[in-house]
Amino acid sequence: MAQLITSAAPHVHSGDSVQKNMLLVILALLPAFVVSVIAFGWGALITTCISIVACVLTEWCITKYMLKREPSLLDLSAVLTGLLLAMNLPSNLPWWMVVLGSVFAIGIGKMVFGGLGQNVFNPALVGRVFLLISFPAAMTTWPVAKGFATKYLDAETAATPLSYMKQAVAGHQQFELDSWLDSFLSCVPDHIMGGSMGEISALALLIGGIFLLCTRVISWHIPVSILGTVAVFSAILSAFGIGSGPLTHLLTGGIMLGAIFMATDYVTSPMAAWGKIIYGIGIGVIVVVIRTWGSYPEGMSFAILIMNACVPLLDAYVGPKRFGEVVKK
Amino acid sequence: MKNTFCIGGVHPHDNKSYSAHKPIVEAPLPKQAVILLSQHIGAPAQPVVAVGDKVKVGTLLAKAGGFVSAPVHSSVSGTVAKIDNVLDCQGQPAPAIYIDVEGDEWLPEIDRSKGLVHECTLEPKEIIQKIQDAGIVGLGGACFPTHVKLMPPPGKKAEVLIVNGVECEPYLTNDHQLMLEHGEEIIVGIRIVMKALGVTRAIIGIEANKPDAIEHMQDLVSKVLGIEVRALKVKYPQGGEKQLIDACIGRQVPSGALPIETGAVVDNVATLYAIYEAVQKNKPLISRVMTITGKNVSKPGNYLVRFGTPTSQLVEMVGGLPAGTGEVIAGGPMMGRSMSNIDTMPANKRMSALLFMPEDECYRPNPSPCIRCAKCVDACPMGLEPYLLSSMAKGEEWEGMEKHRVMDCIDCGSCVFTCPAHRPLLDGIRLGKGKVGAMIRERQAAAKK
Repeated sequence: MAQLITSAAPHVHSGDSVQKNMLLVILALLPAFVVSVIAFGWGALITTCISIVACVLTEWCITKYMLKREPSLLDLSAVLTGLLLAMNLPSNLPWWMVVLGSVFAIGIGKMVFGGLGQNVFNPALVGRVFLLISFPAAMTTWPVAKGFATKYLDAETAATPLSYMKQAVAGHQQFELDSWLDSFLSCVPDHIMGGSMGEISALALLIGGIFLLCTRVISWHIPVSILGTVAVFSAILSAFGIGSGPLTHLLTGGIMLGAIFMATDYVTSPMAAWGKIIYGIGIGVIVVVIRTWGSYPEGMSFAILIMNACVPLLDAYVGPKRFGEVVKK
Repeated sequence: MKNTFCIGGVHPHDNKSYSAHKPIVEAPLPKQAVILLSQHIGAPAQPVVAVGDKVKVGTLLAKAGGFVSAPVHSSVSGTVAKIDNVLDCQGQPAPAIYIDVEGDEWLPEIDRSKGLVHECTLEPKEIIQKIQDAGIVGLGGACFPTHVKLMPPPGKKAEVLIVNGVECEPYLTNDHQLMLEHGEEIIVGIRIVMKALGVTRAIIGIEANKPDAIEHMQDLVSKVLGIEVRALKVKYPQGGEKQLIDACIGRQVPSGALPIETGAVVDNVATLYAIYEAVQKNKPLISRVMTITGKNVSKPGNYLVRFGTPTSQLVEMVGGLPAGTGEVIAGGPMMGRSMSNIDTMPANKRMSALLFMPEDECYRPNPSPCIRCAKCVDACPMGLEPYLLSSMAKGEEWEGMEKHRVMDCIDCGSCVFTCPAHRPLLDGIRLGKGKVGAMIRERQAAAKK
C-alpha cells in the first residue's frame, strides 16, 4: 500500500495567501492610479513604473547578493511598496530621485530589518520622508493637473490646498476649499490644486477602501479611527477659529491615502482591535497638530511613522478581547 | 438575538454533501474484533476477562480504571483470543482485547426491540450509575466520561442542559443523520439527562446548514416542556463546548474554569442517543455512527460500526482506498488525526469519521514570514494571539506563554486554517501547552507539600 501522508491538524486551509492579499491591495489602488494618470498624464505613468521597477530590483539584489537567500518577489510586497511610494510622490519628480527613494524604501525601510514582516516602519513612507527631507523643493513642487497635457518635466506648478491652509493659519485666517466636491471627484481638468499622485481623488481612494473592507483584507478599525479623529479634532479647532474645517482636512493631502492604504499596512500596524483604534486616534491627532502648528504643510507621513514606532508597545499592552474575560449573567 | 459565539471563528467549506442524507447502514461484523482498553480521557480500563473466555455482545471486558475512566464492553460474541497491544492510528502500541467472532449473540438483558421506551422511572442516582456502567463517554470527540459531567462538584449546580447537534467539522454528517433517524430517542435521552441533572431547561443547538434536522427536532420538541431548538449561524468551531455555551445562553466559561461554572452541561446528540440506549434498553456503548467520506470515496455514507472493527475492513466496505489518496484522517479535517496505520487500527468510541483526502489537497506551501496581518488573532475563538504564542514557543518563553493564556487554546486549528503565510502556528502552541501544563502541575504538587 502507498505510504500515507501524516500531518498535524488542521488538514484544510482557507486558501488565503500573502500574494493574494498584496494583489488585492494593488487592485484597490488601481482606481486612484487611473485618476492620477488622467490628471497628470505621462508623468504619473513614468514615475510609477520607475518606482515599482526600482523597488523590485532593490529587493531582488539585496535578497540574492547580500542576504544570500532565494528572492521571493512573487509575494508582490515589493511591487506594492513601489506603487505606494509612487502614489506619495509628485508626478514630475526627476527619475533619479524616484530611484533613490525606492532604494531607500526597500533597503533601509524593509531589508535592514530582515525583510518582509520584520520592518517597524512603513517602507514606502520611509522612502517618501527621506526624499522630502533630502529634496524639499522638488518634493513640494506640484504640477498642475492638466491630464496628458501636463509635461513630465518643466510642468506648470501650483501650491497644494494644504500650503494655502498653512499660510492661512500663519495669517490667523481660516482656509476652506472653494469646492469640496472638486476635491472629492477630482479628475476635473485644469484643476487648480496640485498634489501627490495618490492624493488627487478622495472618491477613488474610498472605492479602493470599500473594496479592501469587502474582501476583508483590512478591517474598519484603522481607517475609521483616523478619519473620525481628524474630523472631530479639526472641527473642535476650527470652532475656536484655528485651522480649517473637517471637510477641508479630510479631502486634502494624504489623509485618505494614508488612512486607507498606508496606516493599514499589516506589518507596521497593531494586531488587536483596540490597539488598531488607539493607533488610528494617535495618527489622527498628530496629523492635525502638524498641519495646524507644524512647519510642514502636510503631516500624514510623519504621523503614521510616529505611530508605527508605538506599535510594539501597543501590541504588548493592548491584547485582543479574551474569551471568558467577563462572565455575563 | 445573537445566535453564534461572539469571538473569532472561521468558515471552512463544509463539504458535507458527499455523505449528507445517506441513511445509516450497519457495517458488517469483523472476523476478529480488537477492543482498545483506552477509548476515553482518563485511566485505561482494567481487563476482567481471560484468554479463552466466551463473551457475548455487551459482556463487560474491562472495568473502569478510576472515577475519570470508563468500562469497556464486548461489541461482538465469541472467544477472547489474546490480550495484547495493537498498533493505533499513529503506529503506537495500545493495549487491547482481541476477540474471535462467533455468531452474533447478545446478552439477554439487552432489549433489541425497535419500540421506543418513553418512560424512565429511575432516580437520578440510578440513571447516572447506569450511564457509568454502560461505558458512555462524550461522542463529540473528546471522549470525556459522561457520568463525571453529570455529577457537578459540590457547590456547583447545573441550570441548563445544552445539546450539541452543531457538527461544525466539515465533511461530518453522522450527528445530522442520527438526528433525522433517531430524533425521538435523542429527545428521550435529553429528558433522562435533565432528570439526572435536576434541570428543567434544555437547548438543542443545531447549525443552520441542517434545516431539515432543525425542523425535525423542532417538531419533536413542540410537545415537550422545557426543551427548545436553537438554529445557530454556521461558524467553526461552534461545536466546541465553550463556544456552544456562549452561542446558546450568552455566558462565557472563565479562563481555567469548568463549563459548569456557567450552569451549563453540554452533551452531544450521539452521546444522548447512547444514553437512551443504555438507560432504556440496557445496551452498553458498543458501536457508534461514523461518517466515512471523501471526494473520491465510491460509497461515502453514515455507517453504524461496532467498536473493534479494523479500519481496513471499513475501507473495503466503502469500495477500497480511493486512488490518489494522500491522507486518511480519523475524525474531521479541522481536528482529526491523520493515520499512518489503516490496517489494524480498530474503530472505537473516539473515531467519529474516516476521511480520505486526495493527495493534491494534502500538501501545504512552505511557510513564509509572518506579515502580521492579524488574521489569526481575529480567527481565534478564545481571543488569543496565535502569532505571539507561536514565536514565544520558538524562543522557549514558557512563562510568557502562560501569561498569554496558552492553556485556553482549544486546539481548534482556526489560526492555521486562516494563516495566509501558511505558518504552522499550532505546532509551537501545542508544545507550549505541554510545557506550561507540566509547569502548572509541578507548582500544584509543590504547593501541596
